[in-house]
Amino acid sequence: MMKRDECFRILARHIADEIVIASYSGAVEWNELNPRALNYFSIGAMGLGSSHGLGLALGRPDKRIVVLDGDGSLLMNLGSLVTIAAAAPKNLVHFVCQNGTYEANGGHPIPNPKVDFAGMARAAGYAHCHEISELASFEQQIGHVLGEEGPVFATLHVERSRPLTYNYTDLYASARRRTLKAALIPDA
Amino acid sequence: MDAPASVKDQAKVELHGGAILAAIKASGIKFILSVPDIVTSAGLLRPISRDPDFRLVRVCKEDECIGIASGLSYCDQRALILIQYTGFLDSLNAIRAVAVEYKQPICMMVGLLGHEPERPPTQSGRYGVRIIEPILDAMGIEHHLISQDADVAKIKPAIDKAYTQSLPVALLIGRRPVAP
Amino acid sequence: MMQRDECFRALARHLREEIVIAVYSSAFDWLELAPRALNYFSFGAMGIAASHGLGLALGRPDRRVIVLDGDGSLLMNLGTLVTIGAAAPKNLIHFVCRNGTYEANGGHPIPNPAVDFNGLAGAAGYRHLHEFSALADFEARIPALLAQEGPVFATLHIEKGALSPQFDYRRLDDPARRTAFKAALLSL
Repeated sequence: MMKRDECFRILARHIADEIVIASYSGAVEWNELNPRALNYFSIGAMGLGSSHGLGLALGRPDKRIVVLDGDGSLLMNLGSLVTIAAAAPKNLVHFVCQNGTYEANGGHPIPNPKVDFAGMARAAGYAHCHEISELASFEQQIGHVLGEEGPVFATLHVERSRPLTYNYTDLYASARRRTLKAALIPDA
Repeated sequence: MDAPASVKDQAKVELHGGAILAAIKASGIKFILSVPDIVTSAGLLRPISRDPDFRLVRVCKEDECIGIASGLSYCDQRALILIQYTGFLDSLNAIRAVAVEYKQPICMMVGLLGHEPERPPTQSGRYGVRIIEPILDAMGIEHHLISQDADVAKIKPAIDKAYTQSLPVALLIGRRPVAP
Repeated sequence: MMQRDECFRALARHLREEIVIAVYSSAFDWLELAPRALNYFSFGAMGIAASHGLGLALGRPDRRVIVLDGDGSLLMNLGTLVTIGAAAPKNLIHFVCRNGTYEANGGHPIPNPAVDFNGLAGAAGYRHLHEFSALADFEARIPALLAQEGPVFATLHIEKGALSPQFDYRRLDDPARRTAFKAALLSL
């Protein structure tokens, strides 16, 4: 079992100009550790992160897209695993932080905390599927995982995080969307 | 004996898929995001699936389209969502948040299955069809009814407006388009 | 590959007082081949047939509940596999009639015709998984299937058989049918 913030700290060292999509508690922690223009938080409806990710991957095949999904969120949009596998974007890496909990709304368990997400991604047709529970393993594999031909899926087994402060007004501010859009304008 | 003029005129009202597809292309749409819709299955989706000018993304559930279109719009890529009214209803929360509250250019072409073309949708015998325009109005989403060839001219201006002003729009298909 | 009507005839031969929920082309075939008071067609929205099935299974743990799902339908609600895996009803059998197409609206392909439904159900926590492509094999194993502790998942590789159902939804949506179903259920 890993701590999500420790994972994100390691991940941040490997992120340069990828677009990173994150939601809820993952967004709060990622934003704290690695605030940057190419962070995409305006997902809108729970579960839609992976779909926004697919749109970005299809729209910018020259960029790598990293989705930091939550387990409760992904359960709301499991069909996206099949849609993404079918569209087969080579530049999409889809992480799910599995702690078996809906952190953002009371810490309740998800319906089946032991669900095998990597197994689902494999059955859906993702190109590569990983499951990581040890931080040392994550550190060792992350460079390789990020560089694989996608779509790539990786379950990160993490603990429930410390209590977080959710500033949605900030995370979902229109200024962030404008900054992101400007940052995506290709260099002339 | 000739049929009365009004009956002959009614018999001529048609909606041509080819004209709709030309309008969609003229609007700069590259991506079609879809779950098959009975209304547009033959007249639009099938020709789209064979047309190399479009990239068709088949999704499992319609709300995925809202997210995908949003992601694409950040990349300056234009997408059209092609779904049935049932899928539109299923996606309301995503539309509420992404299209309206975040002001994304989400363009939806929505088949009004069971709609009687000679009536306004709000007077349809089908409950699901009757509620579509009032819901769009309640959400403040611009919408246009495309029921005959004369309506096709509404498509390009509506899509262009959606993208230049970054707002959603719904194009309601009120009659089965004739396949090209 | 099995013919759907032959598959259903085989299944119907073994049923007595099980509750059967069927969708779209399966529903219209089943309606013709096995008209019974304990047939339930009022799924209402595409994708939630298995959810109705879960409700019925939880409400009548003394009755076996059989869902005849479609692949396109199931893809609309993959989360239901996890919900059912978590609720773990012992009396639920979830069939998916797999032909890779949306028969009800034009015969278009599903997003990923190669999707591994059994893999998805297994990852979600179903207790037993089966797959049938040959009619004789299916017919021989139906009794065991019906007796197995659920939730059970079974992929039926089918193509449209001799019946060409007319999609007359009034036959499915008929409120008199729901009344009769409820009465039949209460009388058990």
